[in-house]
Order: sequence, then C-alpha cells, then structure tokens
Amino acid sequence: MLARLLGLHFSRVQFTSDMLPADVIGLSIYDRERSEFKFLPGAIFSQVLLADEINRATPKTQSALLEAMEERQVTVEGETRPLPEPFFVIATQNPSTQIGTFPLPESQLDRFLMRIELGYPDRAAERALLESGGRHDTLAAIQPCLTPDQLPSLQRTAADVHVSPALLDYLQALVEATRTSQRFVHGLSPRAALALIAAARAWAFIDGRTMVMPEDVQAVLPSVACHRLQLSNSASHARPEDIVQLIRSIPVV
Amino acid sequence: MAISLFRTGRKLKTSPSAPLLEHGTLPWLLAVALATAGPHVSHLPPWLSLLAGLLLVWRALIWQRNGRLPPRWLLAGLVIAGSAGIAFQFRTLFGREAGVAMLVFFMALKPMEMKAQRDAFVVIMLGFFLLVTHYLYSQSIATGVWLLGTATLLTATLIRLSGGAQPVRAIVKYAGLLVAQSLPLMLVLFLLFPRVSGPLWGLPLDAHAGLTGLSDSMSPGSLSNLIQSGAIAFRAQFSGQPPEQSRLYWRGPAFSLYDGKTWRPDPPPAPNPRSATQPIIEARATPISYSITLEPHNQRWLLALDLPVALPENSTLAPTFEALAREPVRSRARFAFRSSPDHVANRSEDSAMLRQALRLPPGLNPRTRTLAAEWKQALASPEQISAAALRFFREEQFFYTLRPPLLGQHAVDEFLFATRRGFCEHYASAYVVLMRAAGVPARVVVGYQGGEINPVDGYLTVRQSDAHAWAEIWVENKGWLRVDPTAAVAPSRVERGIGASLGADEPLPALVRLDAGWLQTLRHRWEAADNAWNQWVLGYNPQRQRELLSRLGLANADWAKMIAALAALGGVCLLLVAFWTLYQAPGTPAEVRAWQRFCRRLERFGIRRAAWEGPFDFAARVVREHPDLGPLTNEAAQAFADLRYGAGRPEQLKQLEACSRRIKSIPASRRERA
Repeated sequence: MLARLLGLHFSRVQFTSDMLPADVIGLSIYDRERSEFKFLPGAIFSQVLLADEINRATPKTQSALLEAMEERQVTVEGETRPLPEPFFVIATQNPSTQIGTFPLPESQLDRFLMRIELGYPDRAAERALLESGGRHDTLAAIQPCLTPDQLPSLQRTAADVHVSPALLDYLQALVEATRTSQRFVHGLSPRAALALIAAARAWAFIDGRTMVMPEDVQAVLPSVACHRLQLSNSASHARPEDIVQLIRSIPVV
Repeated sequence: MAISLFRTGRKLKTSPSAPLLEHGTLPWLLAVALATAGPHVSHLPPWLSLLAGLLLVWRALIWQRNGRLPPRWLLAGLVIAGSAGIAFQFRTLFGREAGVAMLVFFMALKPMEMKAQRDAFVVIMLGFFLLVTHYLYSQSIATGVWLLGTATLLTATLIRLSGGAQPVRAIVKYAGLLVAQSLPLMLVLFLLFPRVSGPLWGLPLDAHAGLTGLSDSMSPGSLSNLIQSGAIAFRAQFSGQPPEQSRLYWRGPAFSLYDGKTWRPDPPPAPNPRSATQPIIEARATPISYSITLEPHNQRWLLALDLPVALPENSTLAPTFEALAREPVRSRARFAFRSSPDHVANRSEDSAMLRQALRLPPGLNPRTRTLAAEWKQALASPEQISAAALRFFREEQFFYTLRPPLLGQHAVDEFLFATRRGFCEHYASAYVVLMRAAGVPARVVVGYQGGEINPVDGYLTVRQSDAHAWAEIWVENKGWLRVDPTAAVAPSRVERGIGASLGADEPLPALVRLDAGWLQTLRHRWEAADNAWNQWVLGYNPQRQRELLSRLGLANADWAKMIAALAALGGVCLLLVAFWTLYQAPGTPAEVRAWQRFCRRLERFGIRRAAWEGPFDFAARVVREHPDLGPLTNEAAQAFADLRYGAGRPEQLKQLEACSRRIKSIPASRRERA
C-alpha cells in the first residue's frame, strides 16, 4: 500500500528457512539460444522490498540483504549491480520465541533505520477494518499521490533540514549516555547516530520546520534506538519506556 | 653526519606503563626551553650558550626527521663534560652564576632523553624554576612582561600535553584565561605577604660592582666619562612648582684635598670643642619640599638640592653639607628633603676647615699663582677676586668640550694659559686653585645640575649625563657661596642643560640629544611607566605595606594578622574564580542564558521546565496548563529555538530578553486571582 501510494515498484519476499541468497538477489542462467549467461534479477531489484518474516531465513540469506541495504548495490558472480533508487526495505519479524527463527545479528539490525511495533489496532481502526472486510481489492483502487521523481526531491529537501551544533551536542549526549549506561549491553553505534539525525530531519520536515529540534530527536529516538539496544538485565531489546527514561536523564539547552 | 649519529642510537627502554610523549608536543617543549633559557644568554659564557643552542637545534632536527634519540652513553658524556666546563669556568657549581648555568645546561639536555610524558613534565617544572632565576638579574617591566608571557607559554604547554592536539589559538587562549584568573591571587600575595626590608629580591654583593655614579674623587676626565652614560641617576618629585633649571644644583660630595691632578675629600678635621663642627644653614627663603628616588650607586651620599634644611630619617648632614645615608645606597630608595635655595651656610667656619680650603700642592702651577697674587694685591674683597676669575674665563678664548687635550704636570697652568679647552671639572678645578692662591678659601663640589621634567608624570629625571662640578668660596659673614665657573664659559649648560651646550660631534648619549618629536614623547611615557613600576612594585617595602594595611584598617599588623588577612583575601579570590568558572560557565551562549532566565522567571507561576524538555514541548505544556502565559512562552520558545537550533537573527535575542522582562513585570498575584 505504501509503495502504491508513493508510486514505487514493489516486491515481496516470503522468507523461509530453506531460502538461499540467490532467491533474494537473483541468479544467472544459461541462455541456450544466445549461448551466454543471463542474469535474472531477484526480488531485491525493486524500490520497496517487503521481507516478510525475515528471521525465519538462515543467517546466510539474511546477510545477503546486508550489502544491499548499506551499499545500495549487490554483487553477483563478481559483477556489481546498482539497485534502483529509491530503495526501501521493510521487514517483518516473528516474535523470537516462536520455533524456527534465527534472530537477526546486531550488525544487520543496525542497518534498519527504525523498528516500529504495530501491536493491535485501536478500537476505531479495527472497526473500520472489520467493516471493509479486509478486502485486498481496495489496493488496486489507490491512486499514487506522488510521481516517481517527486519522492527523491522530497528526500533531498528533508536531508537539507538544518542541524545546529547545539542539536548535535544534545544528540551526542544522548548517544554517549547509551554507551555509559549500565542498563544496556552496548551503546548506539555511529551508524545509529547517523540514522537518528536522518530520522529526526525527516520528522522535522514532516512537521514543516527547517531546523531540527531536540523534540524531533526525542520523538524518533524510541523507533530508532529500541532494536539497536540490548538490555543488560534481560534477553530482550530495549522497550520504549527505557528510551523515555534515557531522554529524561539528558538536559536540553 | 649528524643524521648518522642519531640513527646509530639504541632505543631507550621506557616502562610500558609510562605514556609516551606525543610527537606534536615537541615544538611546544622546545619553545619552553628557548623562552626560559634564551634570555640568560647575555650572562652565560659563550661556549655554554652555543652548546645549549646546538643541543636544541639537534633535538629539533631529530623531531623533524623522526630520528632516534642519542644513546645514553653519549648523553652521560655530555653531562659530565658540560658540568666540568661549568665548574672550571666558575670555580664552583653553586651561587647565582654557576647555578643558572647548570639549570640552562640541564634545560638544553633534558629534551635529548625526552621519550615519555613524564620527561615533558620535568621540562615544564625546570622551566618554571628557570623563570624565577631571571629576577636575579633584572626586575624591569620588560622582564615582568616577558616572564608573564613565558608563564602563559608554560601553562599552554601543560594544556597541550594533557589535552591533546587542538588549535594553537584555542590552547593559548585557554592558558591566557588561566593566567588571568591567577592574577588576583598574585596581587593579594604581593600586597599582603609579610615583607622583609631590603630589595624585593635580596641580591648577592657582587650585584653592586658595576653601578655607575659619582665617584669619591675627581680628576680630569672622570666626569666627562660619566656624562657619556644616559642612565638615570635619580628622579625627583616636587610638592610644588619645581625651581627653574639654573637653580637645580644637586649636591654631592665636596672635595678640598688637591694633589695637582686629583681632588679628594679631606678627612674630617678633628672635633674642635670651641667651634661648631655641625653645619649651620640659615634659610633665607621658603624651603622647597621634594623627594628623590635614588638609583643605587654604592655610595653614602644622597643628592639634595643646594642646600638641604630638613633631612630624611637615617641620614646626617656632613660638615661639607652633603647629606649622608647611614649605609651605602645599594637599592633604589626614596628620600624626602626640604631645601632652601637662598641661604647662609656656616657664617663662621671651623678654622681647621678653612686651613684645608686654602692648601695647595707646593711647587705646582707657578703662573697661576702669580696671576692670583696680582689679583690679591689689586682687589680688596674675595668676591672681587672671584669676579675677576670669572671674567678671565669669560673674556679669554676658553672652550667647553667633552674631549679636552691631556694635561701634564702643571695641569692648571697648561689649562689656563695654553690649551683652554675643558669640561666642568677643569673649570671648577682651575677656579678653586686660583682662589686658594689668592687667599680665598675654596673647594670643589660635584653633583648634578639640571634635569628634565617628564610631562607624563611630572617627575624630574636626572641622568648621569647631568653630572657637574662647581666650586664654593667662603666669605667672612656670608658663609659658603656657590660659584659655577662653567656658567661663565658656557651659560647654556646651566640654563638649558648639557644637550644644548655641547657641539653635535661631542660623544653625548643619544637620549640627551633627542630633544624633539615622537621619540621623546615615547621616552617620557616609558620612563614614567618605569618610574611608577619602581615606586609601586619594586619600592613596595615594609613601610609602604604598613601604610597600605593601616588604610585597610589593619594598623600595626604583625605577621600573624597579615597571614590571616592573606588567607582571607586569597580565599576570597579563589572563591571568586571558582564561582566564575563553575557558575557562570564561560561557554554558555547568551541565548541559552536568556532562555534559562525566562524559564526561571516562569517558576513563580508554578511552572517548572524539566531539564530534558525542549522549548516547543515546554511551550505546549504551558499553553495547556496556563493559557494566559501561553502566547508569551510561545514567542520566547520560538525565538530561542531559532537562535539555538536554527538561523536566528540578532534581534531575536533582544526579543527573547524582552519576553524575559515582560514575564517579570506580570504580578504573580494577578494569576492567582484569575
């Protein structure tokens, strides 16, 4: 639906435990007529990739996504191919307590900008869902609200939102607090700090401002940080309450 | 060759725990070595200066090429050879000269084995120590400024050592701030630390060897040598208008013993119970009050205006009217006098003294004696004889010069009748010989004549170049009369000073010559600053300290009270600095202070911004909880946010401050009523 709204090319991969990297990236097959190998692009060559139940795939397949997500390119059989622009990966995860899951390694989690927990819909939304009957045919009726070249320009505008030294001070104080806190096993990585700035910029942009405020950082921090921080006193990731507590320990000036 | 020398060096062992010295700190440490040891070059043996300089250059080359430090055995050899050289040169390793030489040598050597950070701290401490030794040689303003700058450099190097690489400007600024913060404490220590009498720094006796000034004898050439020095002899400050130039005769010793070449003071005559040996000066005019700040000259006499009627304590008036201190003047000191320009001095004089004032070396200067005998026969009174002598100087072809020809055995004869070229000592000497030959008691007086008013601080500066010699004759019932034969030859000497009376080719100090333009103004300013420094910094002795303390309400302070005041004021200083650093964090920008002030003022209404709350969140909460304060808070938050996080304009700071003022003017009670 998101892809449809933005007018982007969408593909979906259902991850299973017997999937191989080639299933995601693509493979070369021999073309008998032309006597050469022909590359068949995998599902990853799309603008929005939905990796459903990503933690059911083996680490080998998961890591095939790594290069794609960081470098925006894939290397198959010695040849590097760029991915289309823009490129989003949306992945869903089963609760890790379920049987047959391979938890994602920290390095791969770090490559996801945000983790958003959907939870249950609220009463009114659920009612609307029930009334519509959960039909899939509504999807086809959605009209794109952006042309394909509008999105990159919006992205550029969002990336130009002003970040002042004072804000960086605040952001660094937050990041440092995650590193020194006893509550977390590891602190946030520099990549996480970059993700935090990017997300805060986008938030400020959505709010119609030309500068990032501490409030923007505070708003996106739970989504950006939760899946990157491992609680030291339990096996789970940080919860939003932990992040709120963190925010309240750092003064804003 | 040097390169191969340090390539062969063995790697020095450093304990693994000692942090190694950062490469980039070395230029700082070499600068420290240069700044602290460099100014000592003028009083070090040249070979040591050269050796120290070469060692530092060598170390800089090693640094530049990333070479290895020289091996231990080479350094040990250098230490032994250098110390032996110093011991041989000074015949000791202790005392001021040898001690400073050793310190400088160590300062040049220590960088050669500098590997760990600990070594760098040794260099810094050595630098601070070496810094203090400069006061043993000079205590001038320039030294003070240089040492303050070097102390800042040392502090900056410490910051660089522990703080890592930063922009040089930031380091120097930080060091300057630290030094500036230490200044109040320094001032308190200076003012209140119990003082010992004597100079600020007790100096060994050899420090007085090279002092210039009048000597205790006068022979042809002795004054004209002194005159070539532009050094300051003393400064005088008059409580009223200073007298005119031609009356400024600053009296030094009087000489009456003559051997045909040199004038010396007579041993004082045996005390005669029947006549007064105490000088009696009858003032005929209102005395002039003034004080002089005398540069050390290692003699007992003080320079008072002709003739003093009131003396400073601890001084006496000699039978020949010069004021004498109890001890030779070995440090700059201030003396207050009152003098009467019109006076009758010793209306009746001790007969032994008069006999001394008539003696001449037998058999010398026959032509002079003949001339004087003619005058004695022809003229009735001593004053007429004196006038005849002055007329003789004025009318014959006498010439005033700093470079007179040399005189032989009959010096006065040759001068009066042949060469006729001379300086004030020649005229004074010839005049006194003429007077004595004519039976008039006479003697030579040396001192200074004139001086220059500094328009900046009003002090009269008298230099060695103002040194002068004149004469005195004794007349029955009129006492001793001052006669200046030089004035008869070169009246401008007395009226307008030495610079006006000598030709351009005479070897006068350039200072005296500069009599116009900005250079002179600059010189006046500098000398006034120097004088203030001498009066208030170097001249801050126990007496001045007592005066200051009694003004502060601590009359008769003993050392215990002084220490208590010192501790109290020092504590206040430290507290102020601590308060300033901790509370008024120097880096806090104006908009943050204004915003924090605004939020503090909101607390009156029961709204407290949580430390973590951003301005917009806070403003939104204020709108919810106190709608009447909402618009103002929104305005302030927007201004602060723009200033702090966006592209704020300067007027927004004013806007924020205006919000802060407006919130103050809203009465808290109005809100309660609402």
